[in-house]
Amino acid sequence: MVRVLINVPKQIRANEPFDVKVLISHPMESGQRRDQMGQTIPRDIINSFSCTLDGEKVLNIEMFPAIAANPFLSFSAVAEKSGTLELKFTDDDGVTQTETVAITVS
Amino acid sequence: MKKAAPDLYPVMARLDRATGINTMERAMARSSRAMTIVRLILIPAALLLIGAGERRSGYDDASPDTRAMQDDDNANPAFLWVKQGESLWSVPSGTAGKSCASCHGDIATMHGVAAHYPKFDPKRDRPVTLEERINICRTDHMGAPAFAWDDDKLLSLSTLVGLQSRDMPMAVEPREPFLSQGAALFRERMGQLNLSCAQCHEDRAGLKLAGSLIPQGHPNGYPEYRLEWQGMGSLYRRLRNCMVGTRAEPFPPDSREAASLALFLAVRANGMRVETPAVRP
Repeated sequence: MVRVLINVPKQIRANEPFDVKVLISHPMESGQRRDQMGQTIPRDIINSFSCTLDGEKVLNIEMFPAIAANPFLSFSAVAEKSGTLELKFTDDDGVTQTETVAITVS
Repeated sequence: MKKAAPDLYPVMARLDRATGINTMERAMARSSRAMTIVRLILIPAALLLIGAGERRSGYDDASPDTRAMQDDDNANPAFLWVKQGESLWSVPSGTAGKSCASCHGDIATMHGVAAHYPKFDPKRDRPVTLEERINICRTDHMGAPAFAWDDDKLLSLSTLVGLQSRDMPMAVEPREPFLSQGAALFRERMGQLNLSCAQCHEDRAGLKLAGSLIPQGHPNGYPEYRLEWQGMGSLYRRLRNCMVGTRAEPFPPDSREAASLALFLAVRANGMRVETPAVRP
């Protein structure tokens, strides 16, 4: 389990865009570096990220090596009613983590 | 030195962020004139390096992007460490079965503590940094092994404690003989490149080293998230990096030299706003 910080506005208006900010603790090892013995350090990055709102797709992101450690993602979404945002990401080790956050629409 | 902690500082800092006008700096320049007099009595004049009015935090010279990252707690990656620190705070560790919270209670009780570090420790007869203080708690009171100096858990805890003093003025006791020893080390040429700290961070502060701006070297944001490191680091990590850069043998983390240099740098930055956890390039 990696640490994840998710921020959504407390007040969200129906059908108006709001920002979702996500900070994920991850080394994002590029696979280009070598260790002190000259061995390649295997690539270990978050390769996919998706966000759904009550099961409906908000966005899918495919990620590549040129992203720094501890990636910060910020995107907009629109909601009609209160619900649950589900954020799901997978890294090269095949570890999938799911985080949920409730949003309140007024 | 007397603790100069007007309650207005956090208010002004918030105001600054809201308005974009640096009331804090102006107020500091005003109060620093008064503080200079105090300082002249307490510290030999020779130690006054950079006049308080000209002091610049690394924040002042950072790019707008980097500043925005530091200003927004949701974008500042250091808050991943704060989160880890919060969960560690109440987890018992060691043979005594105690956690930080067992003795200190809520983390809010740490308000203002970090602004006074490095602080003299009578048992060790030298100043200790906040990270060392946490390790002393572990070995002496919790019966737990000390963390390595660059352990992520140690940084998480010191970041969490440091955060409780954010926006307060630094108020470190200018204790002798450590202050003088630190000042001497600051000016001492070292390493194969034969460079002293002062040659860059005093004489050439504001100029460039390769493409990067040379900061004045104030330790008011540690532990900080450095984009170059892609992680958190303590002041000791910074000192170590600089010393490796001059091709000198770094002072060990628990040495009197490292402590004295840290104390000197902190006293030099007294009155500046604590920015922990800062974001730097």
